[in-house]
Amino acid sequence: MSAAGRRAKRSRADAASQTGSPAAAAEAESIERRRVRHARIPRYAHGSRVPGWDDAADLTKDPSELPDPAQVDVPRALRLEIEAAMAKYPDSRSAALPALAAAQRVHGWCSPEAIEQAACVMALTPGYLTAVATFYDMFEMHPAGKHAIYVCTNISCSLCGADELHAAISSAVDGDPDFNVRSFECLGACDIAPMASVNGIYVGPISLDEVDALIDDLREDRSPLPARQLNRRPSTDAGANDFPGGTPADQRPENGGPS
Amino acid sequence: MSGSLLFKGIDEPHLNTLEVYERRGGYSSMRRALSMPAEAVLNELLASGIRGRGGAGFAMGKKVSFLPKGSIDKYLVCNADESEPGTFKDRELMQKSPHMLIEGIVIAAHAGQLNHSFIYIRGEYAEQATILEAAVAEAYAAGYLGENILGSELSLPLVVHRGAGAYICGEETGLLDSLEGKRGNPRLKPPFPAIQGLYQGPTLINNVETLCTVPHIIAMGGDEYAKLGVETSTGTKLVSVSGHVQRPGNYEIELGTPAREIIYDLAGGPPAGRAVKLWFPGGSSSPVLTADELDLPYDFNTLAKAGSMLGSGAIIVVDDSTPVLDVALKLAKFYRHESCGKCTPCREGTNWTVRMLERIELGEATPMDLDIMASVQDQIIGNCLCVLGDAMAMPIGAMIKRFRGEFEAHMEAAQLAGSASGSSSALAAQGAL
Repeated sequence: MSAAGRRAKRSRADAASQTGSPAAAAEAESIERRRVRHARIPRYAHGSRVPGWDDAADLTKDPSELPDPAQVDVPRALRLEIEAAMAKYPDSRSAALPALAAAQRVHGWCSPEAIEQAACVMALTPGYLTAVATFYDMFEMHPAGKHAIYVCTNISCSLCGADELHAAISSAVDGDPDFNVRSFECLGACDIAPMASVNGIYVGPISLDEVDALIDDLREDRSPLPARQLNRRPSTDAGANDFPGGTPADQRPENGGPS
Repeated sequence: MSGSLLFKGIDEPHLNTLEVYERRGGYSSMRRALSMPAEAVLNELLASGIRGRGGAGFAMGKKVSFLPKGSIDKYLVCNADESEPGTFKDRELMQKSPHMLIEGIVIAAHAGQLNHSFIYIRGEYAEQATILEAAVAEAYAAGYLGENILGSELSLPLVVHRGAGAYICGEETGLLDSLEGKRGNPRLKPPFPAIQGLYQGPTLINNVETLCTVPHIIAMGGDEYAKLGVETSTGTKLVSVSGHVQRPGNYEIELGTPAREIIYDLAGGPPAGRAVKLWFPGGSSSPVLTADELDLPYDFNTLAKAGSMLGSGAIIVVDDSTPVLDVALKLAKFYRHESCGKCTPCREGTNWTVRMLERIELGEATPMDLDIMASVQDQIIGNCLCVLGDAMAMPIGAMIKRFRGEFEAHMEAAQLAGSASGSSSALAAQGAL
């Protein structure tokens, strides 16, 4: 629709709300509904990498400063881990990601306290590290459950039922704060679709009736669905068994199948 | 099709340990390369004709030869971010044969006279990163990394760096920023990383599979390697086949193998009773091809000529049970999520493409929306710092072009359904997202 057409439609809608003709009123309502819908969807909702991009800056706040080492109490193990990471790089700032990951492991999420501690050791401002942390999907900017279940819902997995799997896991967990169930972008394991990364362990293909067993395994601190873990899976390539003692290609069992 | 190189015997138990890898002849290419002058190693790489396996397909030897000479700090970065949807070959290589990658890194560093090296592995590959770290520690202990490797001039530290979940960090300049401890925003090119990359120094960036091939090139000799595959696409390639196939997985093929052979003979084709509707030849960023193009030889130039690309070598098969709109919407939402937000055409283009596709889904679109959507794709391509936006625009553009009739049929059906039941509930559901 051209801009002129849109304007005409909008003025018709305005007129209709005054005149009260039923057809025009319906159209006005539909336009209003769209407006409401567009207003309700934050522009970069669902995983924006520029959170708060349209929030006004708070000019009353002090500029972020380097944390004072005398004031910030950093757990010794965390400090050592971050310092060891910094020593590995020609430029210590390269350790920002490992430092944030370490702080997140200690605190459960990238809380302001976690970021301040990492910033203190690295001699960076908390603001800088917050900016870095918000860019990456694996840093939790809100309190998160201790069991991270990333369900891959990208193309290959969704062709094999990943959206259903995500829904099933979400409902099996049923709001339990111990679980952090997220739909995640391609995890690089399309050969075991639909799959999930469960506390860093790749598991798949997961059928819907295995979901309860998976959650039970986690609740009881067992390894998740051991038979489905990626690291037990042989290669599908015929040459992969070409070593002394390997099974010849033509005698190998089929490597799984589609759902 | 034969000629297993990288995957030969890769399922051997404990191949990830130095002991088994060396028993199989591992690190002999490194010894050989270190006894050769750097130029001779580089010449082997040039002669092999190997093209980068990460996506762009740039000749690796040429990339190395672009590095400036002289004794300044030069960096080698192995791109193990493998985040292109559909791709999972590097994961299997790193998990099962990490020393092959380390050996390739040392040889490439010798060829390019580089003195620092990094493996940037995506954060999600936690298991693989742990395996790599163990292998790197073993290699250090054996004197294959660190100061004066095997008594040669070459000193090379290697750091395994874990990412934290961002598709854009697979883009080479986004990766460099991320490795420097920043948000992973891509940089303006030129200068290219070979001139000004990590810490502003000359940097060679190569994919895992490319570097894993290097020891084999040295073992066989570049000329011998170049006999594999076809003229402009030499060697073997790991192809990740996924989606609607019966045996999804990684397969090593000689470049130039017909795609039909890969999808049907190796991966088993779609489930019984269903047919291939469309396929992505090189990851989700490659323009889709249809069933009519299944007989194309799978190599860089043929696919480029067909209007697509070999990309990362990930074939995603979609069969006739799935509407093309579902695939397009999934894809567009992914790129919207992953756009770093730096360049307007990509940030806005991915966002609006999702919205237009949602309108089509809800029956709110007019046929003109398809034209607008197609024009949005055209306006993204080539107008950003990196190719993330293009990576959405190319496949979506191809889908609109090849499946226009299906989009239009869906619009009509959705409009009818919408006017019959009132689409307000659907709208409300949408708004709740």
